[in-house]
Amino acid sequence: MANQLSLEEVQHVARLARLELAEAEQRQMTEQLNAILGYMEKLNELDTGAIEPMTHAAPITNVFREDRRQPSLARELALANAPDSDGANFVVPKVI
Amino acid sequence: MIAAIPTLSIGGIRKLLLAGEVSVTEVVRSLLERIEALNPKLNAFITVLAESALADAKHFDTGERNLSTSPLAGIPLAVKDVLCIQGVRTTCGSKILENYRPPFDATVIARLRQAGAMVLGKTNMDEFAMGSSTENSAFGPVHNPWHLDHVPGGSSGGSAAAVAADLCAGALGSDTGGSIRQPAAFCGVVGLKPTYGRVSRFGLVAFASSLDQIGPITKTVEDAALLLQAIAGHDPADSTAVDRAVPNYTEVLNRPIAGLKLGLPKEYLIEGIDPEVRRAVMDAVQTGRELGAEIVEISLPHTEYGIAAYYIIAPAEASSNLARYDGVKYGYRHPEAADLLEMYQRTRSVGFGAEVKRRIMLGTYSLSAGYYDAYYKKASQVRSLIRDDFLHAFRRCDAILAPAAPHPAFKIGEKAADPLQMYLSDVFTLPASLAGIPGISIPCGISSNGLPIGLQVLGPHFGEPIVLRVAHQLEQALPPLPPKPLH
Repeated sequence: MANQLSLEEVQHVARLARLELAEAEQRQMTEQLNAILGYMEKLNELDTGAIEPMTHAAPITNVFREDRRQPSLARELALANAPDSDGANFVVPKVI
Repeated sequence: MIAAIPTLSIGGIRKLLLAGEVSVTEVVRSLLERIEALNPKLNAFITVLAESALADAKHFDTGERNLSTSPLAGIPLAVKDVLCIQGVRTTCGSKILENYRPPFDATVIARLRQAGAMVLGKTNMDEFAMGSSTENSAFGPVHNPWHLDHVPGGSSGGSAAAVAADLCAGALGSDTGGSIRQPAAFCGVVGLKPTYGRVSRFGLVAFASSLDQIGPITKTVEDAALLLQAIAGHDPADSTAVDRAVPNYTEVLNRPIAGLKLGLPKEYLIEGIDPEVRRAVMDAVQTGRELGAEIVEISLPHTEYGIAAYYIIAPAEASSNLARYDGVKYGYRHPEAADLLEMYQRTRSVGFGAEVKRRIMLGTYSLSAGYYDAYYKKASQVRSLIRDDFLHAFRRCDAILAPAAPHPAFKIGEKAADPLQMYLSDVFTLPASLAGIPGISIPCGISSNGLPIGLQVLGPHFGEPIVLRVAHQLEQALPPLPPKPLH
């Protein structure tokens, strides 16, 4: 955990997150993330080797329902908020 | 008479309506007039639904809908703009959802309407509920009604300010790490975060799904009980909404608290807490003692690790949840992009604000290859320890009393440049969120410069009845806040 995040790593994480950061933004982000991650070091004061991670806040295991057909969102409603559509599909810029 | 309507609680408005002393239209108009006069100063509402609220009011006044059979009939409420209403702009405080009109209602909206309530408008918030001051809104900051150059808290700052300034009878907010309780404390109103799983999250725009919970922000504890009653319960549309009977939340309120054990966690009254906050909380503890409750010192030893655990878990979940904003199905799309990848990147970079980007980056990093064990897994293990602290504590006490925040509302801009400083102000609300237990904040005093101070009452999982009862009894016994400054 102790390592400092480099500018290159910040650029890599931005690519993973599909974010485009300007140069000044990248530098500021590197500084801020390092300050925040430095604070997270605090967790290493605790020996958690034998502790089960908490994965659910509610006492629920599996929730089942009948496997029955139900009406889904009408196509025109599903497309109503699309930035671009041809009336039947979402339209996007070329993929490759 | 009509001028005084906005100051009334839900219970108070109901009495006038049932006695036939005012019409629902008069109630709605009185609040709309106040919104018109004060919202330009407060910026509490992003969208005001004057037309539909007046149309709903008419249904009651013409007798088309029965006023007496529904518990919230004729009550105008505000809802945080993170809750979907069919056909109504739902922005989440973000440019990326600036023009989004959901094709469905959130379950809580449907339930409020069924109970007879009407939605007066949608309130301002930190973008995607990420923030503690409501400064991170694409629609501008909200101002605290007690002191306009101070923040109202966040992220449900618009809802808290709207209730405090008498712009609505009550409101809904959402709480991921304190976003109901902390703004309620900063604005001198009541804010309840229910147990995780008590209220359906269907139609709540997701931030951190293992933590998000919807709850009421109101003028009185009784009102919080009334709203919770209307929204709580199982929902087939949200598999985390627990299938468990909903108790009657109002019938227990008047039961005295003599004989109850109230825990005082020593880790919450540490140095660094504002002396005026400490004094107000200790005065409330003394009030509890005078009401016959036994005060027991308890320990929640992992409290100090809450911030680090939360600010790993919540951004990790957020980075995953917010991957859906890609400019394809809804929301903003950047108009200039040569290909799909560039469209994603430009859309997200222009559409999201700085704090949201920061948390997406933090979450993407902590979940990326090689770091999962060191961050997300470690934080989830510490989360277990924090939950176990509470489970142990509730063997020794019925409810816990604690400050809601280490200080009263700070100035707009004061912490905006330092994200870590902002995170640290959540220290007293995060542990209950991580544990999934219910908590309420009620006003317990006022600082020397006229800003409210909040007391938290925490209870065990599904312990809303005891939380509400303790809060109500303390609320009745504590001196009321001084009159709000008029704006």
